[in-house]
Amino acid sequence: MKTIDFDWKPLALVPVLALLALPLIGSPSTWLTLTVAGLAMGMIVFIIASGLTLVFGLMDVLNFGHGVFIALGAFVATSVLGSMGNWTGSDQLWRNLVAVLPAMVVAMLVAGAVGLAFERFIVRPVYGQHLKQILITMGGMIIGEELIKVIWGPQQIPLPLPAAMRGSVLIGDAAVEKYRLIAVAVGLLVFGLLAWTLGRTKVGLLIRAGVQDREMVESLGYRIRRLFVGVFVVGSALAGLGGVMWGLYQQSVVPQMGAQVNVLIFIVIIIGGLGSTGGALIGALLVGLMANYTGFLVPKVALFSNIALMVAVLLWRPQGVYPVANR
Amino acid sequence: MSTDSLLTLEGVHTHIGAYHILHGVDLSIPRGQVTMLLGRNGAGKTTTLRTIMGLWRASQGRVRFAGQDITQAPTPRIAELGIAYVPENMGIFADLTVKENLLLAARGARTVQQIDSARLQWIFSLFPAVEKFWNHPAGKLSGGQKQMLAVSRAIVEPRELLIVDEPSKGLAPSIINNMIDAFAQLKAQGVTILLVEQNLSFAERLGDRVAVMDNGCVVHAGAMQALAEDTALQQSLLGLAL
Repeated sequence: MKTIDFDWKPLALVPVLALLALPLIGSPSTWLTLTVAGLAMGMIVFIIASGLTLVFGLMDVLNFGHGVFIALGAFVATSVLGSMGNWTGSDQLWRNLVAVLPAMVVAMLVAGAVGLAFERFIVRPVYGQHLKQILITMGGMIIGEELIKVIWGPQQIPLPLPAAMRGSVLIGDAAVEKYRLIAVAVGLLVFGLLAWTLGRTKVGLLIRAGVQDREMVESLGYRIRRLFVGVFVVGSALAGLGGVMWGLYQQSVVPQMGAQVNVLIFIVIIIGGLGSTGGALIGALLVGLMANYTGFLVPKVALFSNIALMVAVLLWRPQGVYPVANR
Repeated sequence: MSTDSLLTLEGVHTHIGAYHILHGVDLSIPRGQVTMLLGRNGAGKTTTLRTIMGLWRASQGRVRFAGQDITQAPTPRIAELGIAYVPENMGIFADLTVKENLLLAARGARTVQQIDSARLQWIFSLFPAVEKFWNHPAGKLSGGQKQMLAVSRAIVEPRELLIVDEPSKGLAPSIINNMIDAFAQLKAQGVTILLVEQNLSFAERLGDRVAVMDNGCVVHAGAMQALAEDTALQQSLLGLAL
């Protein structure tokens, strides 16, 4: 018997927001361009936020240093892509992908390895102490930013899109940037892999159970700290991947980019419900769409609009759109 | 019936923050028997169970299981040694289905197909609700169904010792009878059982041995039947009679 009730209301918020924006924007082609841009931005933010929300859910750890992995991933990508100019300059997509894929893999490996050290030396000594977690992880991010400046310099570094990923495709009258479609595809792929891991594997089952009641998971005989270290490393690696994609999206990187994106990802995980990956996806898509629509309609309130969105969601569901049970 | 001890606590003290909860608990759980741990609210029963499981650390004294000192062992290690624990709040993973809750407890299985099917059928025969609501989210079950799931989860793989905190709390009489049948069958299979209870009638029907706690100490230990037949002793230990 299969009778799992799925709560569709939060999922419906995404098309509802998009449809509400249509009459305000007026032009359907502009609306389509902004919607794809919003979905692309949302997918990148989701990739970054998914690890952070699981880290909080599993071990109640507030990691304000998550942003450093974003910046690290982006800077590693500048080095890898910079050394593959022949490949990124080609107008053949497969040659561009041969450059971008290793950049993503190396960024994930470096961010994951730094994440392992970050967990061991910065997070582990302050388990269960929220105030110290906030202070020490923010301190970790500042140190990380300074180290990035030491290695790559303090200046902004361009991260141009590979040649075949530039430009737009026309869908009707709407021009949709190719890279945004690629970002949506990569985001969907990451979400699919995460959903499969969390929903279809024993490790995923353990993570979902640990987010709800880690003491009970330990009472069943599982070592949740090892699981947490694994999730922290994967979360850091995903942030590194998100950093590469964000850098390519902005076409430049600065050492402070992690801190800039941090605000967005915390809004996303609060909207989604702390510990909920499905909620983080909904939150990220809402934030991406809202930022693009308001950026077009009323640019001065673009950042405030996401905070207003968060407040509205919390008034509706105080623990986020998909609150995790037992928390 | 073998009467050697499977689990012993010797002079166990437990502090939670600034509070001194257990004041030298001495307790012996005989192998293959059902031991009831009774006492008023706040007597230290739940703290004793959590100390056995390593969820709260004993600050003094020794806990031994099957001859091994587990006083400072981490909780997962204690579970691996063969102790199953059902906490007072049942510890159900509400967002997971009934099936997923059981799969998680079957440490040796990666998929439901790898769970011992004969044992699963036996669990279904003990608790038909577990099979009926197999694909339902556990959070949607009633209190009694959750308790059945919690006990099923504890026994989905063979364990030497089953510890349950207040299994009859808030349950309808028919479900309590169901529980008693299940524990009786487990006992018949040689499983040692330690139950915390407030329901004296439940304790009398199931218990072989009894330990009564008060103010963080065991103040009485002996045969359940002897306590059941001695109303004066019940009155003095528990403030009420069966």
